[in-house]
Amino acid sequence: MSDLELKNITKNFPDVTALNDVSFDVKDGEFFVLLGHTGAGKTTTLRVVAGLTNQDEGTVLFDGDSVNDLAPADRDVAFVFQQYSLYPTMSVYDNLAFPLRSPLRKLSEEEIRRQVDIVAEKLHIDHLLDRKTAYLSGGEMQRVSLGRAMVRQPRIFLMDEPLSNLDAKLREALRVELQHLQKTEGSTTLFVTHDQIEALTMADRIAVLNEGSIVQIGTPEDIYDRPNTIFVAQLVGTPRINLVETSREDCNIFIKNSTLYIPIPEGWEPPDSFVLGIRPEDVMPDREGEFAGELALTEPLGMETILHITSGEKTLLSVIPGTTDLKIGENVKFNIAQERLYCFNMDGDSLTC
Amino acid sequence: MSNFREDGPGYPVTEASRVDKVSPISRRLRSLRAITVMVIAIIMLIPVFVMAITAFKSRSVIVSHPPTIFFKPSLEGFVFLFTDRAVVSKARQPEFKAAAETGELGLVERIALESGQEVTGPSDYVNRLKNSLIIAGLSTIFSVVLGLFAAYAFSRFDVLGKDDLLFFILSTRMLPAVVVTIPLFLMFRQLGLNDTHLGMILLYTVFNLSLAVWLLKGFIDEIPVEYEEAALVDGYSRIQTFFKIVLPQTMTGIAATTVFCLIFAWNEYAFALMLTSDNARTAPPSIATMLGRGGIEWSAIAAGSLGFLIPVVIVTFALRNYLLRGVTFGAVRK
Repeated sequence: MSDLELKNITKNFPDVTALNDVSFDVKDGEFFVLLGHTGAGKTTTLRVVAGLTNQDEGTVLFDGDSVNDLAPADRDVAFVFQQYSLYPTMSVYDNLAFPLRSPLRKLSEEEIRRQVDIVAEKLHIDHLLDRKTAYLSGGEMQRVSLGRAMVRQPRIFLMDEPLSNLDAKLREALRVELQHLQKTEGSTTLFVTHDQIEALTMADRIAVLNEGSIVQIGTPEDIYDRPNTIFVAQLVGTPRINLVETSREDCNIFIKNSTLYIPIPEGWEPPDSFVLGIRPEDVMPDREGEFAGELALTEPLGMETILHITSGEKTLLSVIPGTTDLKIGENVKFNIAQERLYCFNMDGDSLTC
Repeated sequence: MSNFREDGPGYPVTEASRVDKVSPISRRLRSLRAITVMVIAIIMLIPVFVMAITAFKSRSVIVSHPPTIFFKPSLEGFVFLFTDRAVVSKARQPEFKAAAETGELGLVERIALESGQEVTGPSDYVNRLKNSLIIAGLSTIFSVVLGLFAAYAFSRFDVLGKDDLLFFILSTRMLPAVVVTIPLFLMFRQLGLNDTHLGMILLYTVFNLSLAVWLLKGFIDEIPVEYEEAALVDGYSRIQTFFKIVLPQTMTGIAATTVFCLIFAWNEYAFALMLTSDNARTAPPSIATMLGRGGIEWSAIAAGSLGFLIPVVIVTFALRNYLLRGVTFGAVRK
């Protein structure tokens, strides 16, 4: 396994800048996730690392050596595609053996069979080896596709939304499995996803991409608890963070178009007007709560319930564990965890208050 | 590890497995459709059938009116087609009859003798058929191979002036053969290609190449690029990827293109008539010239046409598994 570094990568397509001065590094054995919306440049980044797309500017380094001039075959990376891309004319066994049969490797057929068997067992696909790929279910295809990447020991794993075409249950199962495999193998992995849950659960570190630029790099805790910008704050967390425009009124923060005045926490020096972010789990209904609103809607999800609490024209989302006996239209009292408020300026950048 | 083991159906579900879910009307429509197709096929095959039985009729049966369907088959047509014959003079006839009775004459000679002729040697048609095989076969191979590489390049790479080039390639097919024959004739005379195999192979290759490039490009466009990218990352060069990944998936397209090119080159008449005379003359114009020689030998013409069909039929049947998919998919694309 190798470590990976991207230095000032820029890539322009005829009508759009796909990557704009992207730099980050992935340490040996690290699970690094690129998170962003569709079109943010995540896949382009992976393709640049694999050598399938050539960057206009910048350098890709493996273990400190530039690989800019190496062909994809010589970079020795493994790519797991979103569409699996199993070779349709081959059996599962041949698909798994294909990377080992590369003229670059020159392995004997016995050695190939041994390695394929090891990987097939690890991924529970040993009973499928003789099948044609067209006869596999989605989950099986994804396992084979992972197996094709794992069968040789590549320097770096590149995974392009490998779980996004699976149904929810299977996605959860494979998510756990993938993480387990990555940790036991200690493989350097660059993983692309638009799913913030995948990013938060699996990553050692996350880089958030937006419109070709890196917005923030950090551990899942950094990203969730200390978002750089409103964009990052909105990207992670379900339900979405509550964002409200506020103004400072004496020693209170007033949420515009509502009746809520939040006392300024100790040590805060907020500007006259700013955007306040409150995570839904920090809006806590309480019989003796400090604030009051009306319950507009409840979304019971079983293990948790989302409450829509309105005050004036503003609606705050609140998440509570389990179910609730509160009725729609009732008045609710609630507290806000004041030590966990986020503030941003009007441009969306994080403020230290 | 996970408790989930996602098991698929294990086999592809290609049709409704519950018969009761197919409405009676659609079942009846389906058999109606099958019957219609059969009727059309029978109508289409009538000329072929007439040709086939004509090839086995003797001269007297052919001219009988109304046409007979049941008759004593004769190989006269084939013998006339493949041999040159001379009329046996009255004086020598008893000698031949005796030889026939003692079994000295072969089957071919005996059939010729029935119409009072002796075999003097193989006819030109044998050579013509050989020419046809060489010219059509090689030009088809060249068109498909060159077309495949060109189509792959057009499909996968940013070729400079791609659209103009593709249009240019297509435009080579826009003029009717008659219009270009005279310029071609003059060019061929200058280059010494008149009546040569090389000239005809070149001509048919050029003519088929546009079809091959466009057809194959349609097929290659349909293969997702990801397969190749996966192979590139897996440690294969571009050319290895082409042979290991692209080629097997293009087999349907190659089969369809091969059949189309072969049929064109095999059947081509106008250029062959104008640009060849003896050395490289192909079968189609020579079948037609049989009309002229001393009365129309219908059975020989029918036999020639029948034999002429066989190679194309063999190739088409050999490739039919690919063709079933090939003619419906990929052929019509932007």
